[in-house]
Formats: sequence, structure tokens, C-alpha cells
Amino acid sequence: MPPDHEAVAEHVFAALADPSRRAILATLAADGPATATDLAARLPITRQAIAKHLALLAEAGLVTAEPGERRRVRYRVRSAPMQVAQQFLAALARDWESPLGALKDHLDRGARGPYPTAPDQTRGHDG
Amino acid sequence: MGFPDRIERTVELAHPPEKVWAALTTPEGLAAWFGDEATIDLRPGGPGRVSWTGGPNAELRVERVEAPLVFGFTWPIYGLPADDPRRTYVEFTLEPVGAGTRLTVVETGFAQLPGDAHRTAYDGNTEGWAKELAELAGYLDAA
Repeated sequence: MPPDHEAVAEHVFAALADPSRRAILATLAADGPATATDLAARLPITRQAIAKHLALLAEAGLVTAEPGERRRVRYRVRSAPMQVAQQFLAALARDWESPLGALKDHLDRGARGPYPTAPDQTRGHDG
Repeated sequence: MGFPDRIERTVELAHPPEKVWAALTTPEGLAAWFGDEATIDLRPGGPGRVSWTGGPNAELRVERVEAPLVFGFTWPIYGLPADDPRRTYVEFTLEPVGAGTRLTVVETGFAQLPGDAHRTAYDGNTEGWAKELAELAGYLDAA
């Protein structure tokens, strides 16, 4: 396991645990790149607090700064670390219990229904 | 370890491996328990698809076929974009136990790093969109 992989996921989850940073990321994801001033107009957070959060997010590699209009810095979400965190969530979200339970039920029902196999022969194996 | 790469589950089934194998590797079998519809070309490299009514589709690629004991395939990682090349590998192992089967499913690859190829493709994509949007804006401005 490459150690930086886990570090990346940790940055993402730490950022998402904070309501202000979560709101900033959600706004950038929904509306696209924005300056601290844009974000302050849209969120109930002061411009100073937003600037501080954006600096932290940029340091963690979760947003990138790019030149915007009128010499303002624009920020946008970096999707790569989000995808790493998403892989973690995909493992947590993978449900094998339900399909395996359904497989068991399907076999116990005698595998009839849409099966092309002769039902008598199928039942014969059930013992 | 904090980042799970591997998921393993075992279930005891009161049916012989041949019957379990049919449920795992035929369209009729897969449609009866896994998805609502399924297709499969049962050979290494063969494509398959499991779909859920009103839900997602999963495109499988068959990797291992050792009837009736080992069946392996890769499929996309749920939640990642459809064009993301990363896939997990799912392997079913059937072990005869008495008159029944011990079925083990192992899914690996959740913790794989995005490859350089992926990064390049991804960055390319992002730039592509920015460029296309700029072109569209230019086109609209000119019109």
C-alpha cells in the first residue's frame, strides 16, 4: 500500500469534516472556479475565513489557485484527490452480503424460473 | 491499514459447484440473483454486462474461467467516472464441501493508485473541456 494514498484520503476527509470547508468545496464543485470574494457573496462565511480555508485546502492539494479576472486568484477543486477518497468509499460501499444472500435464495428456490435446465433434473440435485 | 484494498466474503451453499457455477457464469443465472439483466461471453477477455432496472450497468471483462472452480472478472470502481481506467478484480472460488459448495468472493484493487496514463488522460480531459467551452464562447460571441 503506497503511504501517500492514505495521506491523500486523509486530507480529503479532514477537509470534508469541517462544515465551512465542506460548503466551500461544494460550491466550487457545483458552480465551478471562484475567487474568495465570489465565495463570500454566496456563503454565510466571512471573506477572511474563506481565504484562510482556501489556503489550507490549496496546501492540502484539494484546490488549485489560478489567475482570474482583475488580478484576483480563482480556486478550483482538484478532482484527483477526491477520486482517491472515492475509492476508499467504494470499498466501504461495496455490498457483497445482499447479492450473496440473493444467490443463496436463488439456488435454494431450485434455480427454476428463467433457467433453461429441465426442472426435474435440477431438483434431483438438491437431495 | 486504513485504506481497504481487498474485500473477502464466504458463503456456504447447499448445492454442488456445477450448479453454483451456472448461477455465476450464465446470463440466466446472473439475471436471477445479481442483476435484472445480464449478458456474458464466458472466455478470458470476453465482455459481460449486468444491468439493474432503473439503476446502473456494470461492464465486466472476464479474466479467469476454470469451470467449475474459479471465475474472475474486472469491473469499474463504483463512483468513479465511466472512462476511468481503474477497475477492481473480482474472483469467485468454488470449493466442494460434502454435497455443497463453499463460495468465496474476493474483490481487490480499491487502493490502486491512479496511473500516470490516467493522470495524463484526466488532465487532457480537463483542458479539453476548458478549450471547448472557450471555443463555444468565441463562437457565440461571433454569432
